[in-house]
Amino acid sequence: MGRTRIETAFSKARGEHRAVLVTYLMAGDPDLETSYQALCALRDNGADIIELGAPFTDPMADGIAIQKAGLRSLAAGTRLTDVIALAARFRKDDQTTPLILMGYANPVHSMGYVRFAEAAAKAGIDGSILVDLPPEEDAPLREIYAKYDLSVIRLATPTTNEARAAKVAEGASGFIYFVAVTGVTGAGSADPAAIAGQVAMVRKVSGLPVCVGFGVKSGAQAAEMAKIADGVVVGSAFVEKAGDAQASGRFGDAAPAMGRLVRELRSAVDSVHKA
Amino acid sequence: MDLRNTWDKWPDANGRFGEFGGRYVAETLMPLVLELEAEYRKAKQDPAFAAEMQDLWTHYVGRPSPLYFAERLTEHFGEAKIYFKRDELNHTGAHKINNCLGQVLLARRMGKKRIIAETGAGQHGVATATICARFGLECVVFMGETDVERQKPNVFRMRLLGAKIVPVSSGTGTLKDAMNEALRDWVTNVETTFYCIGTAAGPHPYPEIVRDFQSVIGVEARAQILEREGRLPDAVMACIGGGSNAIGLFHPFINDEGVRLIGVEAAGHGIETGLHAAALNGGRPGILHGNRTYLLQTDDGQIIDAHSISAGLDYPGIGPEHAFLRDAGRAEYLSCTDDEALAAFQLCTRLEGIIPALEPAHAIARVGEVAKELGPKGLMILNMCGRGDKDVFSVAKALGVEM
Repeated sequence: MGRTRIETAFSKARGEHRAVLVTYLMAGDPDLETSYQALCALRDNGADIIELGAPFTDPMADGIAIQKAGLRSLAAGTRLTDVIALAARFRKDDQTTPLILMGYANPVHSMGYVRFAEAAAKAGIDGSILVDLPPEEDAPLREIYAKYDLSVIRLATPTTNEARAAKVAEGASGFIYFVAVTGVTGAGSADPAAIAGQVAMVRKVSGLPVCVGFGVKSGAQAAEMAKIADGVVVGSAFVEKAGDAQASGRFGDAAPAMGRLVRELRSAVDSVHKA
Repeated sequence: MDLRNTWDKWPDANGRFGEFGGRYVAETLMPLVLELEAEYRKAKQDPAFAAEMQDLWTHYVGRPSPLYFAERLTEHFGEAKIYFKRDELNHTGAHKINNCLGQVLLARRMGKKRIIAETGAGQHGVATATICARFGLECVVFMGETDVERQKPNVFRMRLLGAKIVPVSSGTGTLKDAMNEALRDWVTNVETTFYCIGTAAGPHPYPEIVRDFQSVIGVEARAQILEREGRLPDAVMACIGGGSNAIGLFHPFINDEGVRLIGVEAAGHGIETGLHAAALNGGRPGILHGNRTYLLQTDDGQIIDAHSISAGLDYPGIGPEHAFLRDAGRAEYLSCTDDEALAAFQLCTRLEGIIPALEPAHAIARVGEVAKELGPKGLMILNMCGRGDKDVFSVAKALGVEM
């Protein structure tokens, strides 16, 4: 099911001559019920694909917003099995929105690749992005994912040249996540002009859709990225809404705030007509 | 697999020591990690690189370090003869500089002008700042807030040397958090920056590079003991945090299967309390900071903060080669609590007139038992990997002494 859902999301957007909008949410931040409400709000307001963040104590590739989100989630007691259960709950009445688990290798390694893949597929998760599992290290996971029709989504970055892009593409499926800045999540601003050529190169080499993320916060930035890529990923900006809810103690505010943000981003992305 | 006489053949082409090691880094860093490996292979073949290294080891670091017969400690236990490899006599007071020198020379070959490092006790930070001062390179050191507090003399020393100290407040503010922050900086400044990793861990090729540079300890010790005693030792011992001083001592003896390799981990308040830093004795395999190795972690794969009185051992992981040597049965790993290390710190100071760092004090704490196992005809070498000046404040505090 996993690969089909992702492919359908891209072909639907192509049919509508627009880029896909990918949004990120840290599961369990500030608690699992809020995350469920947020997942529904993201989908209802225009997210095409949702990355479900799994918290980790040592998120080496994340900036302060997602670091804090992960700590809030861990403080609330979120376990990897809770993240999977959250996906299953969402999947009960949504058969189309792809859900990608995003996080770090160790919790998945600790659960065991087979146990994880089996549980994830059963819950309706469509694939994963494990930041610290580069192509050199993900072969054992890929082999197991193939049995469960789960996608291994890989990252390309400004340091990826053509030879490296071929390595990244080998065995990847779903889409390629292009990291727009050399840096951690949420830091700096991505410059579409600087990466346009590289995004096109990665698309050509991989034959997969390319989504651009890291440093995309506003509707205007999302629209710029929609011009050069098949999809746009926004993460830290959503996570900050959960942080605000935690700070004010009004958890119920998180989902509506995320809904408003996703609507704004979606209309910006939709304003770019793709041939 | 029969591993006899092939212990020195690791890592394999994928950077693995058996099931451990590897390159678990974000994609942004992969091209650089591969470039570093290629550059290191070239440097290894380049006689000019070796010559520059040798010259600085001799005239700047002060190598070879002596092999010293610890006569009174030997008498105290009344069993095997105990030698100290005196790496605390190196410039900057610890073994760390052996590796920093090599890595900074590599950085220069790669045209990198900015060096970053993580540090726990501050010894690696001081050594890195020292070499950067020597070569006029920008130096940024990431250090956990807790460690900044308990290692004030080293913090001041690094600032004098021109390094910028970045205190890290995430997690428990110790070595692992400093390493996370250093990795974040590296990912951000990958074009200009060389990450000088202080221990034999991290993504391949770091565990190999650090081991090779630190192996000068064991190479010298092996030649020195053969000259002094006419035979190989029965055991070599070292403390283990990430394990760089230990692997440096062990590796040149690794195919001498009659030589026991003994590492001593920090047991903090005791392994049974959960407040310790003994990844091999109290952890299980996982993935962190670029390598697969033994880690302190929950059943859900979250990393548990380490605890040790010694900032240099306060790390929840261990170098992958140690994980491999332990599982393969080639090396043994003991542990030592904070209290035992404090007692050994004082014992060594009184008996030998050598104030050890708290890190090697952990190994000293187990030396009596090993000496007894070896008996009066036995012969052993302990790596005195750092001097204790930096620790006098925290030892005074632990002993309840006002300074």
